[in-house]
Amino acid sequence: MKLINFINFYYRYKGNEEYALRKINLKIEDNKFILLCGETGSGKTSLIRCMNGLIPQFYAGFYKGKVEVDGKDTSEVPIADLSTKVGIVFQNPENQLIAMNVEHEIAFGLENLGKQHNEIKKKIREVVNITEIEHLLDKAPFELSGGEQQRVAIASILALEPKILILDEPTALLDPQMAEKIIIMLKKIQIEKKITIIISEHRLDLLLPLVNEIILIKNGEILEYGSKENVINGENFQKMNINRPVIYSIFKELKRNNLYTKALPSSIFEAINYLTKLD
Amino acid sequence: MLNKLPIISIKELSYTYPNSTEALRNVNMNIYESELIGIMGKNGAGKTTLIRTLNGLIQPTKGSIFINGEIIKNKSIATLSKEVGIIFQNPSHQLFANSVEEEIKFSLKSLNLNKEELNFRVDKILKDFNLEKYRKRSPLNLSGGESKKLALASIICRDPKILVFDEPTLGQDAKEINMFINLIKNERKKGKTIIIITHNVEFAFEYIPRIILMTEGQIIADGPTSKVLNNEILIEKTSLILPQTRQFVMKLKESGFPDLDNLISKNQIIDYLMKFIRKEKTFIKGI
Repeated sequence: MKLINFINFYYRYKGNEEYALRKINLKIEDNKFILLCGETGSGKTSLIRCMNGLIPQFYAGFYKGKVEVDGKDTSEVPIADLSTKVGIVFQNPENQLIAMNVEHEIAFGLENLGKQHNEIKKKIREVVNITEIEHLLDKAPFELSGGEQQRVAIASILALEPKILILDEPTALLDPQMAEKIIIMLKKIQIEKKITIIISEHRLDLLLPLVNEIILIKNGEILEYGSKENVINGENFQKMNINRPVIYSIFKELKRNNLYTKALPSSIFEAINYLTKLD
Repeated sequence: MLNKLPIISIKELSYTYPNSTEALRNVNMNIYESELIGIMGKNGAGKTTLIRTLNGLIQPTKGSIFINGEIIKNKSIATLSKEVGIIFQNPSHQLFANSVEEEIKFSLKSLNLNKEELNFRVDKILKDFNLEKYRKRSPLNLSGGESKKLALASIICRDPKILVFDEPTLGQDAKEINMFINLIKNERKKGKTIIIITHNVEFAFEYIPRIILMTEGQIIADGPTSKVLNNEILIEKTSLILPQTRQFVMKLKESGFPDLDNLISKNQIIDYLMKFIRKEKTFIKGI
């Protein structure tokens, strides 16, 4: 099922002559784990802002074309309505947390939707279980570590049962072990809930093994969108200024020396698999 | 190196925040001139507190710091900033002048230069950092990347002997990381000592020769990067992850690949696999 549909979309921020997004045609389906990948300033955050109507409704600017979420035009449907379909977690979750404690934080969105008390309780139990934050329910957001805040922000959004969850550099402020835990947790959520998760991230080593699709964006244009296997073996991925994982560059070097002919691996697991079945 | 006098010497340093959190506990370390050194550890381990003590932003509760053999206890932040330049994670925390040009001028103020020398230095640094075209622009109207550049320029223009970077690779793409690597290479050629706080294991593994690991305000390891970052117990204690090269070698071992003991760097692994594949191919042809 098609969840997000960009139709020949262009956007420039007010006061800027250059378009931040150009000729965007992109169809995103349900039940996918997608990496949004591009250099700094390539338009990743602008693209994300289009997916819940912040562009063009909140950010003043000029646009052409159309973006549809779940079949509805994002320039017409109120952002509040879109936010039940698309949840966004930004890099610094501290800015997103407002309630007195974690339980209230998760309940907040549900109360705004007019949900019944019992239903809210049930939903909270479900999302704290999947994000493993049962022990934090009574804590105030400022008492939490960066990783815990990130989990609470994800739980609050999951409670609204969005069809799409988008995370803009979610691990940037976390230490590597916590970053790995969050990414693995997101993969688990994606599989269990069968939702589409889109992650914009510079640290590809953690994410590349787990995603199924990759969007490559450069200078405000979509360079490529497709299955992970196709994208990482294509020229665009190899040419871009992105932090390709070490395992990928090792095999790239073997390929350059004509010692390896199969697909380039996205993970150590794949690499070992290829090596043990050489022919 | 042992015969040389350290440029930074930290002795039994402790710091407790007013809310009684012990951020540093009995820290001892020596850093030598023109060294490139990384400080790593989980969030809240005391890394940022430690670097804040180096230019007097934080006064230690106990212990002492010597820079160039002199105790820094009674020196002002302005004096210390000529010796130690700290580039923080978020550039907006260190920019406040009305224009890019004024920002650099302000930074040079403490050096008491004459007008001619001041203008020369401002021109040079704006040129070096490709910021000339933004000369009259407010720092608030720069993009993220440009304001990072300005923050860096405003520290480097004072030519401090010691440069400290707090998470310089965070949120940076490959091109920006390469620019940073070139910058530190150049600064080291000039004899600068460079300290980098980072969570980026792959970056540290490839470019930083010595690593200090911290946890709960204490130093738990200090040594060559290849030893420190390949040690699973230390990595676990500091919430880091093993470099991908190490993870890969461990998996190769599990899968029965022979003679892996001396494989550490990416290039060593490539050489090993080249030999392995060539041998396999010859063997298959032989059949």
